Order: sequence, then structure tokens, then C-alpha cells
Amino acid sequence: MKTTLRGTEVFYGTGTGQAGLNAPTVVFVHGAGFDHSVWVMPARYFARHGYRVIAPDLPAHGRTGGDPLTSIEAMADWLAELLGEQAHGPAAIVGHSMGSLVAMSLAARHAERVNKIALLGTSAPMAVGAPLLEAAADSHHAAIEMANTWSHSMAGSMGAAQIPGVSNLVSGERWLERMAPGVYHADLAACHHFSAPLSALSEQPTLIIAGGADQMTPARAGLEVAARLANVQTLVLPGCGHSMLSEQPNQVLDGLAKFILE
Amino acid sequence: MSEREHRGPKPKGFDTLALHAGQSPDPTTGARATPIYQTAAFVFPDSDHAAGLFNIERAGHVYSRLSNPTNAVLEERMSALDHGVGAIVTASGQAAMHLAVATLMGAGDHIVASRSLYGGTHNLLEYTLKRFGIETTFVDPRDTNAFAAAIRPNTKLVFGEILGNPGLEVFNVPVLSEIAHAHGLPLMVDATFTTPYLCQPIDHGADLVMHSATKFLSGHGVVIGGVLVDGGTFDWEGSGKFPTLTEPYEGFHDLVFSEEFGPQAFITRARKEGIRDFGACMAPMTAFQVLQGLETLPLRMQKHVSNTQAVVDYLAEHPLVEQITYPGLPDHPDHELAQALLPKGAGAVFSFAISGGREAGRVFIESLELFSHLANIGDAKSLVIHPASTTHHRMDRAALAAAGIGEGTVRVSIGLEDVQDLIADLKAALRKVEKR
Repeated sequence: MKTTLRGTEVFYGTGTGQAGLNAPTVVFVHGAGFDHSVWVMPARYFARHGYRVIAPDLPAHGRTGGDPLTSIEAMADWLAELLGEQAHGPAAIVGHSMGSLVAMSLAARHAERVNKIALLGTSAPMAVGAPLLEAAADSHHAAIEMANTWSHSMAGSMGAAQIPGVSNLVSGERWLERMAPGVYHADLAACHHFSAPLSALSEQPTLIIAGGADQMTPARAGLEVAARLANVQTLVLPGCGHSMLSEQPNQVLDGLAKFILE
Repeated sequence: MSEREHRGPKPKGFDTLALHAGQSPDPTTGARATPIYQTAAFVFPDSDHAAGLFNIERAGHVYSRLSNPTNAVLEERMSALDHGVGAIVTASGQAAMHLAVATLMGAGDHIVASRSLYGGTHNLLEYTLKRFGIETTFVDPRDTNAFAAAIRPNTKLVFGEILGNPGLEVFNVPVLSEIAHAHGLPLMVDATFTTPYLCQPIDHGADLVMHSATKFLSGHGVVIGGVLVDGGTFDWEGSGKFPTLTEPYEGFHDLVFSEEFGPQAFITRARKEGIRDFGACMAPMTAFQVLQGLETLPLRMQKHVSNTQAVVDYLAEHPLVEQITYPGLPDHPDHELAQALLPKGAGAVFSFAISGGREAGRVFIESLELFSHLANIGDAKSLVIHPASTTHHRMDRAALAAAGIGEGTVRVSIGLEDVQDLIADLKAALRKVEKR
């Protein structure tokens, strides 16, 4: 779905759904360097179950134009504006990795837009190592190789993808290669410098899904976030890496469905 | 640009991927080898789960024409070895070719292809697809400008074999991918002769790769199968020439594949439409057997290449051998290109002409005892054939000449036997030609 925001064309996926503005809404926020298409399966699930699905491409990602936003707070404000035009009432916000930080920030800065948050592959803070940041700053392919390799568990990179016939590892690389220069560094730097407003989220109904074999945001980091929240559920996926949407899409969907539909 | 040096993590090696990619020990039974899921269909836990599988909300299997766990291991392994985002295994190499064409185009569209192709592929493009409204222009694989000149507004694909059949012209993937991309077209390469062990065309610019899995990939010569690999590299939307991938598909509730599946758009459409509707799927037993071969692909290809070099060296010195066509030889017109694209070796198939023409060729082939006279390549056993009377018999003399095939040309596929035994067999057969 195309719309215009701040004078720039914006795209968001709908899961091929047609729910109207008054339908219950689920918003999916992608991670650094990705776009809405990583959410294809849960987006289609919630669309079929009558939800209005909004899976935006953040500025400079996927089909959305403009320059990359340079802070998580700026992304949250941008998303709040988009939701102001595209959704009535508060929404369930689902974010993966960088998107989980955007969900946190949105819930803290624009609480009226949010009724639940699901944080996938999260940590707070989300420090990014210097080698990755520097390679991204130079738009060097090594940044993609580092992030992509570390985002997959051994099982996820080597074998037995749940989606028949795909290579998760190569697919992850191709997704990241579609970015324009400068976008990845802007995303990673935004993650690196973000200070999570966890105290403002204390009572927010929250689901944290952590990968048991996540090397980017280890499960213990996600559980530490959970420990600072009062109204939280956790789901740890054994053997799953950071790329949980491709490695264990069915378990992620089951967790989200239980949390959002209940 | 900064002067800083960057180094990514070292990826898993080819030999490791050939053994492990796509499969983990079975979580239920502990089986280390890939189990054969010999079932037509898969049980749904409940109706919502079933609806989710049909609507691409969940990953999993529905019906073995669409996907099967054994096939999926082979598909994922081939994706990993060819550096693609995904693959579909098919009933044959021909089925893989057809699946690619059917996914990309329809009646009124056009293909530019190398004229040096496997006879079955040539027939499909020249005659059969034409009946369905898809035309092909064939060009000299060495004349890269001819490819550009043959491209029309309705062209949808540029295609060739990494090693031409049987002329063994080396397909200039880097240059031809640039030409194809400059015209908003994908480049597809048939890499049957080389396998990903000798060449990974996607790394050189190809967008799609197909194989006959019947040949070196399996190596044992007991199955018929094909593989279609999507590199995930082509910009379908940027091209604007591929409505099957970029516009709503009525056959799947107006799904737009490029929008919903990003770099996996092509392979997803091929599975959700092509393999579903045309149905040329691989049997799970076949996938298992190809996987058994694939595990030893690196070892086998090394010996295929070393045996071939030794046989070529022997034949090059024989007075009855007029010409050897093998890109590994310095006098082959594409030798330099072969060294760049095929640094581990130029494969195990070559052709040569024996003085004495068609009759000498007949005596030679019928005198061989260790080589098998049959229409195949890439077996563990050494094979020989006379293209003019078999694989390319539908081509007239002019077309044969254009494809670099003489009436006395003999094509061999060198196997894994002790090389001294192969040379002895060739020597004995050549002696019979001499004495006839």
C-alpha cells in the first residue's frame, strides 16, 4: 500500500488484507537494513484473521523514499505520524531487532498509539560492535557478512529451513544487499546510541521472543529486558538465531498469535 | 571511502556444505542421513493451521508435488552450493528449464539463447515453445555482441550453457550478465557440465542457474532429475518487464510476489504456480539418491577432472585424432576464459574427431569395451556417444556445423575409473580403427 508522509512516498505491507481503519491493527517494524517483506507470513496470518496490518518500510528502506532516520526516537515519531493517518485506535506493535527498539520508543513517546508490544530479538541497550559499525560506515560488504552470519544459528545457517527449499543464509545476504549506501550504518548507529525508556513501559502488555542461539541479541539480554517490565510474557525459542522470522517462523507466529489474539 | 580494512566471518567451505547444508539430524528419530519422506500428503493439526499453510502464513508441507521434506534438503543444499536464495528440484533438467521459462514469460515473449545447447533444450526452444507463442533467437555463444543485437522489446531471458554442448564453448557469464542486465533481463545458465564445484555462475553475474541432476550432481546415473536455483539477485521491479513477479496474481488472491517475498520472489512464484500447475516435481526417492551423490561431489569432480586431463593428453598425441575440443587445452579458443571461470578444471566432457569420418567414428565407438555407448554424461562410469546420430539427430547438417559438430565427432564423458584402464580401452579401439 502506498501513501505519502512528510511529502515522501511511503510503502507498507498489508498481508494482502483489506481490513478498514476501524479494524484491530497490528504493526510490524522491520530490523536494520531490512524491509516489510520479512514479515510476510505473520502479516498474512493477521490479515486473514481480520486485522488491519501495517508493515511499513521505514524511510530509505524497501519502497519508502527519503533519507534514513538517524535515531530510534525519530523512527518512532515517524511511525506515530503514519499510524495517525492509517489506523484508528491503538495497535499491537511488533518489532524485530531495531524494530523492537522502535516499538519501545513508540510505546513510551506515543502511548496512545499502542496497546501491546511484542519485542523479537531485543536487548537494551543494543550495542553494536566497532568492526560492524565501521564496516557499515564504509558501506563494505563485510558488514553484511558479519551481521548475516552472526544473525543465524548453526542450524539456521546450515540446514533444515522451515520454509521448503530456501537458504536462509543466502536470503539474508540478498535482503541486506538491496540497501542503498549509508542506510545500514544509520540503522546500526541508531541502535547503538538508543537508551531504552524501560521505566515508561513497565505496565505495557509486552511479549519478548528470544532466540536460544541468538548471537546478536542473546536470549539472556532479552530476558534482562523482561526482568525490568511488570506486565511481560517471554518465549525463548531453543536453537533459534537472531533471524527468527526465517529460522523459526512457525514458532514466532504461534507466539504472536497467542499474545495478540488473546 | 575509508582506508580501513574489513573482513567478514569465513563462510562454511564447499565440502562442508555438500555434506551438511539443508539437513540436521532428524529431531524425532535421530537419523543422521536424510530420511525419505515417501508420502503424497501431510496431515494438518487443525483447520486454521491448514488455512495458514495454503495462505503462506506458515512454513511447511501440504502435498509432495508442491514440496516434500526430502526434496527440501536437496533444494536447500543446492541453494547453498550455488549461492542462491532458494531452489526447486524437478522431474528432470528439461522440467527445470521449462519451469524457469513458464515463470518468467508467456505467449508473445522471446528468448535469446546460445546456439550451442543440449539437443533437448534446443528442441524445446526452437520448436516446442514456439507452438506456445514463445520464440527463441539462437546466437553464437562466443559472439557476445550478437546477444545484444538479438534482444527485442519482448525478450525476457538470456540463456546459455556454461560449457556448450557439444562444442564446449565457454559461456562468458560476466560479460553476458552485464549485457542482459543493461537490457533489464535476467541471465540464466545451465551449469550441468560443471556443477557448483567447478563454477558458481551466480557469483559471476548470473541470476538463475539450472542443472540436470541426472549428471555429475548425482554421479551414479540411476535417476532423472533437475534443479532450478534462484540467485535472488535480479531486480524484477526495476526491470519492469516481468508482470508475473511484479503485478497481482489472480491465481493467488492478487499476491504480488516481488512485494511480499523480496529477493525470493522468483523462486516463490515458481513454487506457488509453476510446480503446482505444471506438476513436474521430483520424487522423494530421487531426491534422496541425488543427495547421496552430492555428498561426494567435490571428491568426484576432482577425479573427473584429473582423469580427463590425462585422457586428453594421451589423445592429443595420437596420430588418428584430428582435433580435440576441450577448454582445458591451450589451443581451445576459450581457454583463457575457462581459466578465469573454471579455475578448478574445465569439466570431464570433451569431443574429438577421428580421421576417417563417420565410419571411423562408428568403428571406434563399437570397439570400446570399458566406455559405455549411451546418451548421457556425468556418470561415474565413462561414456561415449556420436552426437550427429543421437543427441543432435534432429539438426540438419548446417545446424550441426553451426553448433560445432562434425559428422565424425565423438563426445566422451570421462568417469572415475583407473585412468590407465581408460587409456588402454581408447588405445585398443583406435587400433581397430587403424586396422579396418
